[in-house]
This record gives sequence, structure tokens and C-alpha cells, in this order.
Amino acid sequence: MFLSMNWISDFVDLTGLDKLKLINQFSLSTAEVENEIFFKGSDISGIVVAEIMSVEDHPNSKKLHLLKVDAGDGKLTDVVCGAPNVRVGMKTAFAKVGAQIGDITIAPRPLAGFDSFGMCCSEKEVGISDDHSGIMDLPAELINGTDIKDVYAIDDIVFEVDNKSLTNRPDLWGHYGIAREFAALAGRELKPLETVDLAQYDNLPKVDMKIEDPLCQRYSCLQVENITKSVSPVNMRIRLYYCGMRGINLLADLTNYLMLEMGQPMHAFDSRKVEKLRIKRFDKPFTFTTLDEVERNIDENTLMICNGDTPVAIAGIMGGLDSEIVDDTTTLTLESATFDAVSIRKSTVRLAHRTDASMRYEKCLDPQMTVPAIARFVKLLTDIDSGVQVVSSLTDEEAFKYETIKLDFNKSFVDRYTGIEISNETIVKTLKSLGFGVELNGNDFSVVVPSWRATKDVTMKADIIEEITRIYGYDNFDIHTVKAPLSPVRADIEKTMEDRIKDILVKRYSLHELHSYIWAYYDEYKALGIEVEDNIKLVSATNPNIETIRKSIVPTQLCQVKYNTSYSSDFGVFEIGRTLNGLDENNLCIENKKLAITLFSKTKSMEALYFGLRDMLAVITDDLKHSSLTFEKLEATHSYQHPINLNAIYCDGKLIGEIGIVHPVISKKIDKKANIVYAEIDVKAFSALENASIKYAEPSRFPEMEIDLSFISDTFAPIAKAVEKQNCPLIKNISVVDTYTDENGKSITVRILFAHPERTLTGDEVKEVTDAVIAELKANGIVLKQ
Amino acid sequence: MDERIVSLKAQFEADLSKIENVADLEGIRVSYLGKKGSITDLLKGMKDLSNEEKKAFGQDVNILKNEATNRIAEKMQELKEKEIEKEINSMPSFDVSMPASLDRGSYHPITLVQRQCEAVFRSMGFNVEDYSEVVTDYECFEALNIPKHHPARDMQDTYYLENGQLLKSHTSAAQNAIYKKYKDALINDGTPIKAIFPGRCFRNEATDACHENTFFQMEGVMVDKDISISNLIFFMKTMLSEVFRKDINVRLRPGFFPFVEPGFELDISCLICGGEGCPSCKHSGWLELCPCGMIHPEVLKAGGIDPEEYTGFAFGLGLTRLAMMKYGVKDIRDLNGGSLKSLSQFTDDE
Repeated sequence: MFLSMNWISDFVDLTGLDKLKLINQFSLSTAEVENEIFFKGSDISGIVVAEIMSVEDHPNSKKLHLLKVDAGDGKLTDVVCGAPNVRVGMKTAFAKVGAQIGDITIAPRPLAGFDSFGMCCSEKEVGISDDHSGIMDLPAELINGTDIKDVYAIDDIVFEVDNKSLTNRPDLWGHYGIAREFAALAGRELKPLETVDLAQYDNLPKVDMKIEDPLCQRYSCLQVENITKSVSPVNMRIRLYYCGMRGINLLADLTNYLMLEMGQPMHAFDSRKVEKLRIKRFDKPFTFTTLDEVERNIDENTLMICNGDTPVAIAGIMGGLDSEIVDDTTTLTLESATFDAVSIRKSTVRLAHRTDASMRYEKCLDPQMTVPAIARFVKLLTDIDSGVQVVSSLTDEEAFKYETIKLDFNKSFVDRYTGIEISNETIVKTLKSLGFGVELNGNDFSVVVPSWRATKDVTMKADIIEEITRIYGYDNFDIHTVKAPLSPVRADIEKTMEDRIKDILVKRYSLHELHSYIWAYYDEYKALGIEVEDNIKLVSATNPNIETIRKSIVPTQLCQVKYNTSYSSDFGVFEIGRTLNGLDENNLCIENKKLAITLFSKTKSMEALYFGLRDMLAVITDDLKHSSLTFEKLEATHSYQHPINLNAIYCDGKLIGEIGIVHPVISKKIDKKANIVYAEIDVKAFSALENASIKYAEPSRFPEMEIDLSFISDTFAPIAKAVEKQNCPLIKNISVVDTYTDENGKSITVRILFAHPERTLTGDEVKEVTDAVIAELKANGIVLKQ
Repeated sequence: MDERIVSLKAQFEADLSKIENVADLEGIRVSYLGKKGSITDLLKGMKDLSNEEKKAFGQDVNILKNEATNRIAEKMQELKEKEIEKEINSMPSFDVSMPASLDRGSYHPITLVQRQCEAVFRSMGFNVEDYSEVVTDYECFEALNIPKHHPARDMQDTYYLENGQLLKSHTSAAQNAIYKKYKDALINDGTPIKAIFPGRCFRNEATDACHENTFFQMEGVMVDKDISISNLIFFMKTMLSEVFRKDINVRLRPGFFPFVEPGFELDISCLICGGEGCPSCKHSGWLELCPCGMIHPEVLKAGGIDPEEYTGFAFGLGLTRLAMMKYGVKDIRDLNGGSLKSLSQFTDDE
């Protein structure tokens, strides 16, 4: 919203104050002002009133005329002018030689063979409207040579306030409300609005009007006739133009002017079309043509202004084409009303039509404003067109009334909230300047919220704090820390663990952390041959490509691996992210946090890559939990899983994730030559595992003994199990030193380390253990290699 | 002196002078001083001499033997030194200007910024909380004093799920749970609630260089008996100075957010020009950084905390924006884009 300092100054005397400083203060205390401030009129000078004394056709041009003008300097000046509306005796705006218009300095110049010593200006050239159809036609009584800026209020400072920052301030949607803020900030008086006394018309007949729907809060109207003027005064048009509106005709301009001044939207109907004003909704949808000549679909939730049963306007949004003022209109019915804000907002959304009026109504306008707005309108109208007659009494129905809000609080409440000392006098003065009623009894305040702040904005004590502090100025606050007892801050285990996992993967294994989206990307999955698995969906996605939430991070990660195949021949990526895995018994989403790792390699064998990944997981488990992992074969159930080497991962008997090879169909689409393996760990399950403490064992001071045994076996697990089963305190370690495959099959050589804490081992006691291991394995069909 | 001794000595010196390595020297030692060596042989040939002659001859041979032993030791030392020198000289000179092979991993920039912020807040006694990405309508709106039909719900176009839950549109959605988690300690033990909760947020909007549907925020709250606006400004200034590792000026402007009252927009002095005015702050000297305010009484109430007795402040930092500011990332989509060409650049940043 654009705001004019001239307009604001109608209501508060800012003489002697630095206006830019005030605007900045407004930005810090009330609502955000955009960076650019417009200094209207500052780019023009030297434009004066001049009279056209003679007009001759230009011999070389059909469009151009040769003029002699009197610019009040005691001589006639030759001017070549292309405007179509030149005539002898006309007074116009004339830029003399040396005048400034924007970047242009007016200088004598030849036009089609004749010298021109100045330029006659259109309103657009003077910067007060978009009208460039002809040069300005000024009133005859103006004295030649008068500076145009002394005739009209061209010089002004205009600033823009971000509409979003006014969302909660219905009172700031007009200059009068803004002026109240400036008055409070500057410590000056706010002048009352000049209005007419509407009581003088009380004897006139009422308008036939009835509110038939609770969505209309208040409806005030008045009939006037005998309007003879149709063009608005220039100064009014300048203000409208500076504030971003186009001048149309006197009545339209006046309703706009009033809206920009008081924030109250108004509408003027042709009285013949609104003989029986009714405000209501209809049972059935229908179409309605608004005054912008657009046919709109109206449904049963949209509040309408009607003439009996015929709709004439969409309440709070826009008038109808049929009830618009036309040339033969003699009597007008002025509407000034308030409607339910939510209803207006919803209708606006349904109609996809937001207007200056609806924008204001959405903010909960003050119903107490409708009558003063009519009184102000009549005052402005009669000032412009003195023949206007009011032909009805004020007809006003107040169907809904906001309750008066009274707030009681103690000075200590203010002190506690602010943390600084603001005196009672300052509090009283601030609140009064904003229109609050204030009573102070000792340190007890009793405050009445003015109607324009009471529609939703100020409802409780904390709101009063804002009023006091924003005018006090946050820059003036003395700032200090808190007094609070010390207590330990315990780091969240899961959070700490996540950080440590990231450190291990980045620092030790040089993996890269990526983030991916929480939904399945249909296009990309399809390109790789990954199935989008059924899962909970978004209902409001604007992009249908991302409708289904992912169950696993692996597919989204594979899509990212695909973008990066040219990055390096070997790389690994990981993410700790969320997945949704169905609904629980309360119909709430089951959200999981998972760690996904994918390794991509064109140089390593599948086996080396796979074991590299397995070892990473083992290191993480060992490092964070001092525990180890076990694996169990898993059946493939997802499109991205290779059925071989797919393993479930367990720790302390609890399932924590899976490790596998990417299905060759997908793998080949990512890269024909690369090996790709992945793992996914349930972070919550992993973090919930007990963290085994470090068990220190004093090393034996006596010689250790290593025994190597080779067994014919496909897997290591049964051998380890057989050794473990001995539960022998002398066994310190078991490791694999060799694997070998020949005609007898695969053999595994294990090395068992023995030690005794207090003495040298004897061969017999070691042999006893190894014999038991050999016997145990033999019983399970695993024989010692000869 | 016996002639044989003289000639053997000459022979020894001649042989020794030709030696160039340790192995040959050992050969010489054996051939002269070994059991069957030439010098040892001389002693064996003494039996034909008189006792007088034996004595003189024996002494001379012993002198020769000692001399030869010393000469060999000297030679040995000399050879060893030569060999070390040779080994030293044989070492090639390396080209240390060759590019280093780093083979290092990388963190996501959000992780780096998040860790820095968390460290600052932990140092000031804040708990770091984690929260889900899917929340209820109650958590995201109702409990934050944003009732149905409130314009604030229009402001944030939300991703609703089929079951009526939604992807959280702001980290404030965790506030209610945090209050409930810590209120007993606040009320019973007087332990102030001090918590931050970084998290991923979602808004249903079209993406471009400045807009993302998935981004990170970090919410912070502090609740105690007498938390004031003055405290809020102090904490914001102190924390932000720590986060940016330089002295930051802050200013508050009124801002409307339903879950705070009074609510503020917090600006910081421009990081580039320090407040003088430059293109990156549009010559205003200030950058709009984060919304904050005193927690709305209804929000405290919804969290089981009596607003008559307790007050608090809350703020919401845009972690994604912070990361972009800090590292000069111009296109927000790069963060979730997954390209290693851009993201592998973010190594540790402590």
C-alpha cells in the first residue's frame, strides 16, 4: 500500500520534523516500509501556468501547431506543440526553457523547421497521472507565470508499506489510521476527521434495507441526489494516482479516496436498482456479472447485496454491472458496511477475485467505522459539489456488535514482560495517543481498547505490551541476560549418535552426505526401473510426480547416484533421513529415521565393495556400541534388491537393517560397468541398543600360543560358533588367516590365540580345547583339512 | 726387522688400498688375520728361531697384527661412511608440488551450519531436540494459536497427507511437545525450559533459485518466570554474534505471527558491509534474518504452562538461508540436488 505524507499531514501536524526519520521509525514501530521512498515532484521544476495566445497550423506537419504563449514574463514565447487539444485562450502547464522534467532540461530546439522555446505539458509529463491524450487544461482564473507546484500539491513524499505486514492491523488500511501512528510516534495530536452531522437528516425517509444474513455485521446507507460534477478535483486525483489508483469519475474517485483515507470500502448504487436492499445468500448457485463485465459463478456460500431477490453486488468484493451508476442516474444509494471477514476471504478464494475492498474486509474492519465514513463522504462530496442534496435519513442496521474489550493489569506485569523500567506516565501517554482509554489507579491500569483495534488485533494483556514497547522503541531497550539456576544439559543420545555416524563415514571412509526429498520421484524411479511402492500419499501436491511418500531412502539415493556417475569411478554417499512406513492403530503415520549408504565402484570387485560396506557398519557398531553385527539371509521383496547376498543385519539379536547388492536391471541403468551396493539402517533401533562398556583385560605376561586349523567349510560362522561354544577363558581371539578352494571345496584356516594370565600354557591344555573344537565341527559335518 | 714381516706389511698395505667394499675387507681380514691368515702363519714359522730371535720376531709380528687390526677397523669405518653417503645420494628428490590426493568425504552444508548453531546454544545451556517430520494439525496449527480459517494457514501452503496429518511447515510445530516434555521440571524444580529444535520443513510451492518445498529451520524457546523482551534481544544478539563469529547488531521490528505476542522480525547488521549499506542489504545496512517474539499466552497454555506465572521467548532461524548466506550458495535447489560436484566441497568447518 502506498502512503502519501501530504495526506497523513492532513491529520497530524508534522511541521519541523524530519519526515524520513519518522518513516523509518514507523517501519521499526508499526509496519515494514519498503526501501524505496518516492520524492514526488522532485524531478520537475520550472513548469508554470501559461496562456495560449495564438494557434497556427504548422506548414510542414498535420499534427503540429505553432503557438504563442504568455508565461507571465511579459513576452510571447514561440512554441511548437503536437497536442490535439490546443486552443486560443486555453491555460496550460508550460515548461519554460531551463525547466526540468525528469532527466530532461528544456532547451530551445527546432521542430520540423521552426524553433520551439519550451514545451506545453500533459498530466503525464508533470507526473500526476497517466493521461497523455493532450496538454493540461487549467482553470482560466489562474495567473500566468504561477509555478504549477503552487497550484497543485505535486510535491509529496510517498512510501510503500508491505501489505503482509498489515495483516493484523485493520486500522492501518487507510491514511487516517496511519496518521494516528505518526501522531503517537511524533508525540503530536491527531486531528479529528471533518464530517457532516448526519442527525440533520433524521427527518427524511429511511432507505428500505434489511440484513437477512448473519454474515453481514453492519449495513449503513444514505441516498443523495443532484450531483452535477463528474470530474474530481486535481489534488484529489493526484493523491489517488500517487497511491496507485487511476482517476475514473467523481463518484468512483470519492469512494476510492474514502477507502484510502479511512480504510472503509464504499459503494454507490443507482437508487432505481436498489429499491429494496436485502443482504443475504441464495440457496442455489447462479451466475452474476460484476461491473468489470466478467460473468462469475456464485455459490450458496457467497453473501450478496440484493434488490429484493435480484442480486446487485457481491458483498464486500465487487458491485454488479446492472446497478452501476450510469449517465441518467439521478439518485445514489451509498453503501458503507462490514461483513464477516472469513466469509469474504473464502468467497475471494472461490471467485479467484481479490479487490481492494475484499482485501480490507478480510482483515476484520471496525463496524463502528461505517457511519463516520458516510458522514465524511457527504462532507467531501458537498465540499466539491455544493448543490448535492441528501434525500434519505441515515439507515443503519447493526446486526453484530463486538464486545468492548477492557483489560486490567498492574505495572509489575509490564515490568516482567519488558525487563526494563517504563514509567506509568509513558505507558498512559502511549496508550492514549493510540486511542486507548486509560485509567491509572496507583500502579493498576484499566484499559479500554478502541473499536478499530478490538476486532481481533488487541484482545489480551500481552497485546498491550506490544503497544507500549513498539512506541517506546526496541532500539531504546536496555538488554540483559537472565537469572536462572544451573542444571546439566544432557545431550540427546540419538542426536549425538547421528553426529558420530556422520563423522565416521566422512572422516574414515570419505563418504559424501547428501539430502534427498521425502517423496518418491515417479519420473526418476521409472527411468531406473524402480517400482513406486504403495504408501501414504500427499493430498495437496501441486506436482503429481511427488505424490507418494518413500518407504525407504535407498531408491531416492539410487536416483542421486545416477546423477553422479560422472563424478568419480568410485564414490560413496549417505543420508540420515526420514521414511514413512504405513499407519499405526491410531491412523497416524509410522515415521522412521534411517541411515542409507550406497557405494558405487567401477574399479572394485563386487565382493570387495560389499565387504567394504559391511566393515563400515561393523566399525560404526563397534565404535558406538562396542558390539558386533550378525547377518541372516533375507528374501528380496523390493525392486531394487539383488536376491543374492541380501542380508538382514542384527545387533544384540535385534533387527537393525539390511545390506545388499543393487538389482542388476537398475544397476545397469545407473552404469553398465559399475558395481553398486547399499545398506539401510534403522537409526532409532540402532540408537536404542545398549551401549556395552569397554571391558579391560590385562594382557598376560606369559607367552601366548597360536594354533592354526584348516577346515573344509563354505562359511566361517560355524567354526566361530564351535570355538565360542568351548567357553574357554584361555581363548583370546580367533581370526581367519587364509581361505582356499580346491577339488575338496572351500577351506578356511583359522588362527586361535591362547594365553594364560598367570603361567605358561601347556601343550596338553591347548590341545584339549582344539580337539574339542575339531570334534564339535566334525559332528556337524565340517572336517579338518588333511 | 725380519724381512718377511716387512714384505708382508707392504703386501697388506697394498691389498688394503684396493678394497672398496665391506665384503672384500672381510676377505682381507680373514686372509691376514684369520686362523690360517698370513700374519698368523708368520707366528707358526717361528719354531726354527732362537729364543732371542723368537722374542723379537714375536713382538714385531704382534705389532703388525695390531697395526693390521687397526687399519682394517679404520678402513671399515671409512667404508661404512662411504656407503651411508652413497645411500643418501641415491635417494631421489621428490616433487612436493605435485597435487595432494585428498580422497576425503563431505558433510551436507546444513549439517555444518546446524552443528555450529547447536554448539553455540549448547554452550548456553540449551537442550538440542529432535522432532518428527510428520505432525498433526494440532501441533502445527491449533497448539500455536492458529485456528482453522486463520489467514496464517493460507500463508503457508501445507502438504497434507491422506490420513489428515501433514509434513510440518515450520519447526514451531515441535513447540507443544517440547513444553509438555519439560513443563514438570519447570514447575516442580524451577528448571527453565531452554531448547532448540532443528528440523526439516515442507511447503507446497513451486521451486526456483530462491524457493524450495523442503528446507531446514531451527526453532528455539526459553521459558521461565521472568523472561522479558530485554532478555530476548540480549540472547538473540549474543547467540547470533557467536553463530557468525563476529559482533552483530540486531534490531526488532513488529511482526505478526499468531504464536507470539509481541511478535518481531529480527534484522541483523549486514554481514557484508557491517551496516554501512551495500548491494547485498539493498543499501539499508540491515538483513532480515528471523522471526521471534514472546510466546503467546495461548501457546503456553496449550503446552500446560500457566502464562500468568511464566513467560518465554521463541525464535525461528532459517538454517537453509543461513547455510546459503555463509557459503554463498546462490541456488537453493543445489542443497537437495544431490550433485557431488557442488556438495563434495563442504568438508569439515569447525
